[in-house]
Amino acid sequence: MNPILKAIDVRKSYGTFEALKGIDLEINRSEVLCLIGPSGSGKSTFLRCINQLEIIDGGALWINGQLVGYRRVGHKLYELSEREIARQRLATGMVFQRFNLFPNKTALQNVIEGPTQVLKLGRRQAEATGRELLDRVGLAHKCNAYPIELSGGQQQRVAIARALAMNPTLMLFDEPTSALDPELVGEVLAVMRDLARSGMTMVVVTHELGFAREVASRVLFMDHGLIVEGGSPEQILNSPTHARTREFISAVLS
Amino acid sequence: MLLEVDRQLAKVDHAAHTEDLSHLEHVRRRHIGRYIGAAAILAIALWIILAFAHGQVEWSVTGRYLTARAILIGVGNTVLLAVLAMLFGIAIGVTVAIMRFSANPIIKWAALAYVGLFRGIPSLLQLLLWYNLALVFPTIGIPGLFEWRTVDVMTPFVAALLGLGINQGAYTSEVIRAGLISVDDGQYEAASAIGMHRLQGLRRIILPQAMRVILPPIGNEFIGMVKWTSLASVIQFSEVMHASETIYYANSRVIELLFVAAFWYLAVITVLSLLQSRVERYFARGAGRAAQSR
Ligand SMILES: Nc1ncnc2c1ncn2[C@@H]1O[C@H](COP(=O)(O)OP(=O)(O)OP(=O)(O)O)[C@@H](O)[C@H]1O
Ligand SMILES: [Mg+2]
Repeated sequence: MNPILKAIDVRKSYGTFEALKGIDLEINRSEVLCLIGPSGSGKSTFLRCINQLEIIDGGALWINGQLVGYRRVGHKLYELSEREIARQRLATGMVFQRFNLFPNKTALQNVIEGPTQVLKLGRRQAEATGRELLDRVGLAHKCNAYPIELSGGQQQRVAIARALAMNPTLMLFDEPTSALDPELVGEVLAVMRDLARSGMTMVVVTHELGFAREVASRVLFMDHGLIVEGGSPEQILNSPTHARTREFISAVLS
Repeated sequence: MLLEVDRQLAKVDHAAHTEDLSHLEHVRRRHIGRYIGAAAILAIALWIILAFAHGQVEWSVTGRYLTARAILIGVGNTVLLAVLAMLFGIAIGVTVAIMRFSANPIIKWAALAYVGLFRGIPSLLQLLLWYNLALVFPTIGIPGLFEWRTVDVMTPFVAALLGLGINQGAYTSEVIRAGLISVDDGQYEAASAIGMHRLQGLRRIILPQAMRVILPPIGNEFIGMVKWTSLASVIQFSEVMHASETIYYANSRVIELLFVAAFWYLAVITVLSLLQSRVERYFARGAGRAAQSR
């Protein structure tokens, strides 16, 4: 079976600073990958490269077997146009740390914005699907609420519904619970757990090691722009081979 | 020294707190300054009103001309010119603001040059230049396809519309650029993440949010525009100022007719201000209490 995501030697620099120094990775369908690592290790940068919010400087990425950002013709790689990149982004859904809901739109309007404007679905059909998705994240009763009227946890669940509305093959989560009050973390993780059970392929950057232990099919530890080690949750969280991993995990758990 | 005073004050304060004060009479602060100020303002206002009432102004003439046909047509022309020039200015402003964010350096420079040029030349001069365009371009059009004599096309109205609109566009583009900058980067990213391309994101997500920041200054500029239309009187466009002038050249009732014009400017602008707050409320949807109050 072809991997959903394949990364070979992905590099990204900001000026002279190398944020990613060569990431190699394969993710298979229905895998839930948890990315952990200290602040500044490049976790967000990697997610942003996957959905082309950043353009990689070296290496290559494939999503569903499709080369990301370029089209190959013969022996040349041609950069895609901005619209083609927008089209490619439809394969991935992104959930941000700070939710980034559209504040001037209600929960339902947030969810149907992509389907109606980008996928050009009819409003009625989009709304029906949108309501189902909001129901799925437990917010059927908040369809007409504006983001400011929702708690952080509710906003993040709307954001998840909004990403799902585009029917992505791969969902990316960048620390989806770290902007939340502790008592709201559970409801978002519960939605993500359900999503994982339903077979969604997910890459989750998180400091919630409990979630990683329970839901992840694989945990990767990143540091200084590289993947230091990866393996099953038990292996990485209980008996990491690298000293840096061990330090990081004990620091997070303490 | 100071410390000692503080300590004593604190002691007095403490004593007051522990004593039962409920039986004492409450004496409100007297704002004597306010009364004096109000009296002074009233006196000045009264003096000004009396001066106008007893001055050499025939108020009955002003009253008669308020609804004169020529004046009303002038008011209509003023409103028409102001609205069209403003719409034109906004259309240019949005385009130029977006050009300023372009990755293409030439487009960016063109936008910068436009703003620099048209902000740098007085509006009155621009109007005159457009009106006299025929001196530079005797004909306009696409050669071979269609062609007009510039003097036929460049009527006072067209010259005023171009002059005011293009000038306004330069200012408006800066206002809109400020609005676009004010929207959080996360909104651009969220728009991208649901597959929108740049222009789509700008139009659907960013601009509507930027409107909250853009509208107050645009309302301000719209009001300015209503008054700038009076410049069109110098190229013989019959807006309200020109209409008043034409009448007072004939009957020498200068101040009376100036008051007629002043009245109509005030009336139009008051209506505009009311409209502005309604539109602002519309774009404040979901924006939180501070922005929504009133
Ligand atoms: N736009 C940028 N310009 C310059 N440097 C950047 C930029 N974005 C990220 N970096 C740098 O790249 C490095 C990796 O950043 P990244 O956001 O990927 O870290 P992270 O692992 O997500 O950290 P955190 O856990 O704090 O979110 C950091 O050192 C950061 O300072
Ligand atoms: Mg991060």
